[in-house]
Amino acid sequence: MSTFVQDHRNTLIVIGLAIIALMLSAYVVPEEEQAVVIRTGEPIGTVNTPNGSSNAGIYLRMPFVDSVRRIEKRLLDLEMNDEEVLSADQQRLLVNAYARFRIVDPVRMVERAGTTDGVRNALEPILNSVLRQELGRRTFQSMLTAERGSALANVRTNLDRQARQYGAEVVDVKIMRTDLPEAPLQSAFRRMESDREREARTIRAQGSRDARIIRADADAESASIYADAFGKDPEFYDFYRAMQSYDATFAAENGGAESNIILSPDNEYLRQFRGRR
Amino acid sequence: MRTLDGFTNRIWLAMAGKKSPWGDKNGGPGRGSNEPTGDGDGKSGDKTRGPRNPWLPPGSSGNDGRRSPNIEDIFKNRGPEGPRRSGGGGPGGPNFRFPQRPGGKSWFPIAVIGIIALGLVATSVHLVGPQQQAVVKTLGNFTRTMEPGLNFSAPFPIEIVDVEDVQGVRTERIPGSDSQVKLILTGDQNLVDLSYIVRWNISDLAAFKFNVVDPVETVKEAAEAAMRASVAETELDETFSGQGRAAIEQDVRERMQRTLDSYRAGVRVLGVEIEKADPPAQVVDAFRDVQVAEQNADANRNQARGYAQQVLAQAQGEAEAFDKVYEEYRLAPEVTRQRLYYETMERVLSQTPKTIVETDNVTPYLPLPEIRRRADQSQQQQQRPSTTVTAPEGQ
Repeated sequence: MSTFVQDHRNTLIVIGLAIIALMLSAYVVPEEEQAVVIRTGEPIGTVNTPNGSSNAGIYLRMPFVDSVRRIEKRLLDLEMNDEEVLSADQQRLLVNAYARFRIVDPVRMVERAGTTDGVRNALEPILNSVLRQELGRRTFQSMLTAERGSALANVRTNLDRQARQYGAEVVDVKIMRTDLPEAPLQSAFRRMESDREREARTIRAQGSRDARIIRADADAESASIYADAFGKDPEFYDFYRAMQSYDATFAAENGGAESNIILSPDNEYLRQFRGRR
Repeated sequence: MRTLDGFTNRIWLAMAGKKSPWGDKNGGPGRGSNEPTGDGDGKSGDKTRGPRNPWLPPGSSGNDGRRSPNIEDIFKNRGPEGPRRSGGGGPGGPNFRFPQRPGGKSWFPIAVIGIIALGLVATSVHLVGPQQQAVVKTLGNFTRTMEPGLNFSAPFPIEIVDVEDVQGVRTERIPGSDSQVKLILTGDQNLVDLSYIVRWNISDLAAFKFNVVDPVETVKEAAEAAMRASVAETELDETFSGQGRAAIEQDVRERMQRTLDSYRAGVRVLGVEIEKADPPAQVVDAFRDVQVAEQNADANRNQARGYAQQVLAQAQGEAEAFDKVYEEYRLAPEVTRQRLYYETMERVLSQTPKTIVETDNVTPYLPLPEIRRRADQSQQQQQRPSTTVTAPEGQ
């Protein structure tokens, strides 16, 4: 062993130095990242940029002289905090939006913003103001509904124009949430409540109206049934009904026993009572 | 060193004397113990004859048997790892040493090579499960995807394999279980308390891995944006109805898919299910009251319908009865009429106190107190339960 070391001493030293040199100069750019090679402060090359010629992989640099700045290549998100936006009709709305962007020009990004966080910091106020501007032109109702699509397209275009200066491309801007601030929220609750009260009242009124109509219909129909039947002989009906009525009126259950009936001898009932005269 | 040896030797001799229990290794037992040795005897002569120093390592017991141990002796047989490496100690553990190869060389390099080889094999053979796929990065560069089955790659530092479940359905619940109620504005500026589940899986693993920073968060945000946009285009009542919900679910799914496709996120949205769509807790009473009102109205209608049935049935019954009697009457009008009249009168008058004033010239005198008394009596009688009264009902 020791003789081997002595025999190939120079070779071993060379190999060792080569390995150290390789470790210092080789760098791996993974698929998720892009890299900018900076030599004494000047960007001199890029690796694995979107639309670039080079792919991810292992690359060499000048040790100590070149530094490699790694930058996210994937889609990044830019989140906005809840912002109160005033609509054209003076309504307040809490808006929470997000933007998705990716770094398309890493050299410019490194020069202007340094890191992706720098880009975020630069873009966030822009997103806020552009969003306010764009939504402030619309009414509350249109903020909520279909028109916000076109508003967001405008926001995206504006933001993208600004983001290009930092080497970023804004892919999409979306409103994630639109909420009412506390005071309008309470009044919205009150409105919803009164709306429901109205509905409940309407339903009850409709119910009693329907009930009345149903009863009236039934009364009318029964009247017509009676008329049809009794109309055949009104004179007999008069007699028949009178008989029923006497029964009902003087029946024992109706306190018939309390009634005192004084009959005149001329009464029809007593016609035979007198005998033949 | 030598002077120090001599000095310590002298101390040692002074302490042990001639009656050293270890005896003399070099000379015979008699000789060593019997020979008198004075204090001033030559040290060099004693060295060969005296009892063996127990602290000396066994191999060193040559000519200088009585040499005292020095620091080198103590560490001679000890490896760099400390005192347990060799020398004393009990059998087993402390005496650990790599077993030696037949050639007398150590197994150590072989073991190292074996472990490395095992690592290489382990990182180059990949069993991709039936629901899984894997992306392979060759020195960082995405080169290929692996399909389910047994796959091979270059070992670890060269090729990195990332296995991911692509077919398995993942679910995101929004809002998450921890967060408070999230109210969503509807198109008619009302609020609805909505929670829903998004089911998704991976349609393109490479895109999923390499296009978006945090795909799961992206899915959630896309879902929330889509849901809010969709609900903002519907009326409050539609969000409660089954049909309206289905429409929203469909709409959200399509919107989300469109958004995620525009990010090239490699995500397939399988479905969106609205779990709960309720009015906000603050106004839920009013909403319940609407339901109560509906019940009330229905109850009202039902009562009216019952009344109608009753009235109609009565009318029909009476008309039918009249018709029957009338048929009879037409056959013999006079007799029937008379019969009905007498029957009714009989029923009525049989139960009623009667006063008949027959003679023309008697002035009718009504004994009102008498009538009252009789009435009272009859009332008492009536109150008695035993009194039966024939019911003069019907014809």
